[in-house]
Amino acid sequence: MAKSNEPIMWSLFSAGGMVTAFFVPVTIVLTSMVVPAGWIEVENFRQLIAYPLTRLFLFVLISLALFHWAHRFRYALVDLGLRNSAGILAITCYATAVVGTIMAGFFLVSPYLFTYD
Amino acid sequence: MPADWWLKKKTYFLFMVRELTCVFVGGYALFLLVLTTRLDDPQGFAALLNSPLLIALQIIALPMVLYHSITWLNLTPKVMVLWRGEERVSPFLITVAMYVIWAIISIVILWIAFRHR
Repeated sequence: MAKSNEPIMWSLFSAGGMVTAFFVPVTIVLTSMVVPAGWIEVENFRQLIAYPLTRLFLFVLISLALFHWAHRFRYALVDLGLRNSAGILAITCYATAVVGTIMAGFFLVSPYLFTYD
Repeated sequence: MPADWWLKKKTYFLFMVRELTCVFVGGYALFLLVLTTRLDDPQGFAALLNSPLLIALQIIALPMVLYHSITWLNLTPKVMVLWRGEERVSPFLITVAMYVIWAIISIVILWIAFRHR
């Protein structure tokens, strides 16, 4: 059997699928209904998200959700007929997830990197 | 195979819908990523959460993500086979446990968010 990164990508897909299944619906309810409707003050919600523990939660959620998307989307596109571009699709999808993970990490820890007081 | 194979049968169609829920998972992860860039900008943060377009997109994403959660949790006993001694733990029991965990997580997150109201 040829060497492949499939087990790693599948693990990330699978972890992402589980975390997403458990956490994303309630998070969407918060960000699309509860907060815009004013049941929770936007400013209080922002402060809640700014806590270190919530930042860590968001980092894991964003990263795993992106890897879940990347793995599933690449195979869905192949199933939909883009068989000839399978290689480039895989690279593009996973690269997007990696870049998104780095960006999320940067934005979530940057306030701690650039404070001088 | 023709590109419209998944329109030929209801089960194929539901399979493709399930696979394409990842687009909404990825899209929401992107939204959260943008939200993290506004963590230190209260006005920008509020504007993002109050944007009618983004609220509409999230309301569209919610049923798709719920479909992901339901299909994912329903499949867990197939992936996770548990044994108690010589006896296999009932797949139904595992699924029920998954839904209970999902409910607890959702309630705890809502409770944490509302405590910061």
